[in-house]
Amino acid sequence: MSSTTTAPSPSASQELESVTIRFAGDSGDGMQLAGTQFTNASAIMGNDISTLPDFPAEIRAPAGTLAGVSGFQVHFSSSDIHTPGDVLNTLVAMNPAALKTNLKDLEPGGILIVNSDAFGTSELDKARYKSNPLEDGSLKGYRIIRVPINKLNREAVAECKLSPREADRCKNFFALGLVYWMYERPMEPTLKWIQEKFSKNPIVLEANTRTLKAGYNYGETCEVMPVHYKVPKAKIAPGVYRKITGNEAIVMGLVAASKLSGKDMVFSGYPITPASSVLEGLADMKRFGIKTLQAEDEIAAIGVAIGASFGGAIGVTGTSGPGICLKSEAIGLAVMTELPLVIIDVQRGGPSTGLPTKTEQADLLQAMYGRNGECPVAIIAPRSPGDCFNMVFEAVRIATEFMTPIFFLSDGYIANGAEPWSIPDISKLPQLKITHPTAPNGNGDVKGHENGAGELGKFLPYKRNELLVRPWAIPGTPGLEHRIGGIEKEDVTGNVNYEAGNHEHMVKTRAQKIANIATTIPDLEVEGSQSGDLLVVGWGGTYGSLTTAVTRMNRKGYKVGLAHLRYLNPMPKNTGEVLKRFKKVLVPELNAGQLLLLLRAKYLVDAVGLNKIQGKPFLVSEIEAKIEQMLAS
Amino acid sequence: MAASPLPTLTAKDLASDQEIRWCPGCGDYSILAQMKKALTTVGVPREKMVFVSGIGCSSRFPYYMNTYGFHTIHGRAPTFATGLRLARPDLQVWVVTGDGDGLSIGGNHLIHALRRNVDIKVLLFNNEIYGLTKGQYSPTSRLGTKTKSSPQGSIDKPLRPLSVALAAEASFVARTIDIDVQHLTNTLQRAAAHKGSAFIEIYQNCKIFNDGVFEYTTDKSVKSDNVLYLEHGKPMIYGKDRNKGIRLNGLSLESVAIGNGVQIDDLLMHDEKADEPTLASLLSRMVCPDLPECVGVLRSVQRPTLEELQQKQMDDLIKARGPGDLEKLFKNDDLWVVE
Ligand SMILES: Cc1ncc(C[n+]2csc(CCOP(=O)(O)OP(=O)(O)O)c2C)c(N)n1
Ligand code: SF4
Repeated sequence: MSSTTTAPSPSASQELESVTIRFAGDSGDGMQLAGTQFTNASAIMGNDISTLPDFPAEIRAPAGTLAGVSGFQVHFSSSDIHTPGDVLNTLVAMNPAALKTNLKDLEPGGILIVNSDAFGTSELDKARYKSNPLEDGSLKGYRIIRVPINKLNREAVAECKLSPREADRCKNFFALGLVYWMYERPMEPTLKWIQEKFSKNPIVLEANTRTLKAGYNYGETCEVMPVHYKVPKAKIAPGVYRKITGNEAIVMGLVAASKLSGKDMVFSGYPITPASSVLEGLADMKRFGIKTLQAEDEIAAIGVAIGASFGGAIGVTGTSGPGICLKSEAIGLAVMTELPLVIIDVQRGGPSTGLPTKTEQADLLQAMYGRNGECPVAIIAPRSPGDCFNMVFEAVRIATEFMTPIFFLSDGYIANGAEPWSIPDISKLPQLKITHPTAPNGNGDVKGHENGAGELGKFLPYKRNELLVRPWAIPGTPGLEHRIGGIEKEDVTGNVNYEAGNHEHMVKTRAQKIANIATTIPDLEVEGSQSGDLLVVGWGGTYGSLTTAVTRMNRKGYKVGLAHLRYLNPMPKNTGEVLKRFKKVLVPELNAGQLLLLLRAKYLVDAVGLNKIQGKPFLVSEIEAKIEQMLAS
Repeated sequence: MAASPLPTLTAKDLASDQEIRWCPGCGDYSILAQMKKALTTVGVPREKMVFVSGIGCSSRFPYYMNTYGFHTIHGRAPTFATGLRLARPDLQVWVVTGDGDGLSIGGNHLIHALRRNVDIKVLLFNNEIYGLTKGQYSPTSRLGTKTKSSPQGSIDKPLRPLSVALAAEASFVARTIDIDVQHLTNTLQRAAAHKGSAFIEIYQNCKIFNDGVFEYTTDKSVKSDNVLYLEHGKPMIYGKDRNKGIRLNGLSLESVAIGNGVQIDDLLMHDEKADEPTLASLLSRMVCPDLPECVGVLRSVQRPTLEELQQKQMDDLIKARGPGDLEKLFKNDDLWVVE
């Protein structure tokens, strides 16, 4: 601490437990990049991190308009955190539109860094401001730091001889440098990134390097910043860490599952936000023997994946809600033919095109029921970016062990959000043992089956094991020639069969097979109080907010537990028992109450929903408020 | 045809134990019989053959072959076949589809499979009608076709399957006829030998809903005046007395009588290996009664298949940078250590 009693010197440093900061600007301003770099620097510093990118559906809405604002929020902390933060401690606003759309999230007294050069009349008009908020007193409750970023940035890069437009493109790095100083972040990772990224363009490399440093130095030498902050390292489990987003974790999980099972993998997809980066990521995994196809549409994509599974590879397809609609008929075929198939659904706001870049958890019932006929499929959901790795592995296991399509329900928040990921020890990853029959399985029992189906030397494609799973015999195997298809099957032989009794029997058998998956999954665990007043039940990407809220409630002395479902169909065997241990049940979801409907129907529990349908994740405070309200009533 | 090095298959070996349920007199029977015959000579063991189909009468085909088979969903067979080939380039994959299945609901998939040159053999059974759904008009039905769903006659311009295939850059395009057994068998064998996607349109009689639509190409008394049998390197001659030919006139084809100043040299020579499918396209547009309808191989060219290109990219990458290493993949980003 400084010894002066007057204004603290620029080197004054204050320690904080955690900070939430958001970079906001025009979609052309490089805010996603600045946020990502800041995240990397924080992760390398040893903080726990959680991020929330938020970008407009339009690639480039007219510059400076409200529709074009892009934001990137980073929560970094010296303790274990699970969410990108409820309220902002610091907001960086590169223009009036960014200020207008983001200010409501800044805490009272929070730090507001504005690019004062961007507050001319035309920019204010575009953001529909009637008067200049920097001058009309409306920002009184905040600690405003006005920085003429345009001007300072241009000066910093003046010697690089860039055009004014090119020069302006560097201004995100000036802002970033300033914030690096403010929060004592190391510049090295970003300087290294600039080196690598612009190695072919030395002028741009030089300009970005200069402006990043200039921003940092500006913070250090300039008196507009009274203090700067330090967030110590987090105490997290020992290990080697990297930062990972949900979609990156899916890619790695799939590659690992293919490699460790020794099975070929074919992934086919059609570009759609926010799932595209799974296709893109896997397309770059050819050295691992992963084959990918960008299909002509989602129907083709799933057809390719199922065809690959029929051939004995692990077929995987990935999309978002609208693509799932198109895939429905083919999913039914995979259910009927009992072929393994992993279907990744990175959910987004719907219905129809909905909110393409915003998150929602509203495809659960579609996954559960969105097909013709009685058509059960397995459903699992990861709960965080890093968990995508474990759960996609689990998806491959269930699909192949049970010969079934399985839904992997991620969402836009998990897909794009990042967190630290402890790099797994490859030797400790689960082993996937996948076998294919090589000899006929007829046992001489011809009773009850036409065509002498049970004859010795015959192959019976629908003869099941004790878990009701049929064998995965693959083309190319002599003596096991057989035909499958979407028409109802005769039990055991798989021959076409339209008989009434057989159909009912097969429908029940397919359902029972999916139910049998429950014998191979872990019990539902409860965090916090193990029994008591209120149980929060959630699923998927809301885990971070729910666990944080429940932990806080426990600290306040309430008897509240959290049961977070990663297995949605079937649910863990003890789910009903867990629900009964609590007086009240709250089911927060980013939809109108889909898990709620399933729980109420299946377990006859008088659960209550907390439903947010705004394209945004839950704030911890929203969950806490609802729990308190329920406990009080 | 390459002789099989394996224990020879007989047509009987290729028959499955399933009861065939097509209507008596359906053209599909003949196609099934010729397929079994054709496959006895292609040198591929039975377990390596896979039949993939969509939905329609013709799409029941896989059940009747004692090979591997996959009866999928309406129009999408090419997608399943593509995935199968990507996973298993060692298998010979046949796709059986109808005119509704392949050109209506599945038109998109058909053109994309062909442009990618997936090594699949697509057999489009064209009966110019929807059989399985009991007689609605199809995308190949001629203008004015009266059906239950077009009681005043169809007003949708029909597609020409061969033109579609050529426009989609198919590397092998042919047409044949269900009861022209010799020609059918030969064409199937040629498709089997082709590396890349092969597209064959087969004129198929639907006894129940469209009986006789192709009679003009099968009835002995008129057939030779209505059908032009294409042969590579041969002039395009047809007619009962082999006295008519096809000539280029400007940008169109015309039928001319040979003699009276028209020499054989004036006629077009068939070149199935032409780089550009321009002439093949014109041939695909010949329609009776103005011109004879061509039968035979319109196009047969070689280009790398999707599977080969995919494999090559993999091999090249592995050669240049070594096989993928999981540990390195996990660590391909900035790392930090927590003690
Ligand atoms: C999604 C879907 N839509 C419609 C149908 C009904 N359908 C079954 S076969 C068929 C048309 C078949 O006609 P074509 O392909 O010409 O075959 P054909 O029966 O004449 O051999 C239709 C419309 C279906 N099975 N699935
Ligand atoms: S309806 Fe027509 S195409 Fe279908 S089986 Fe009968 S005759 Fe053949």
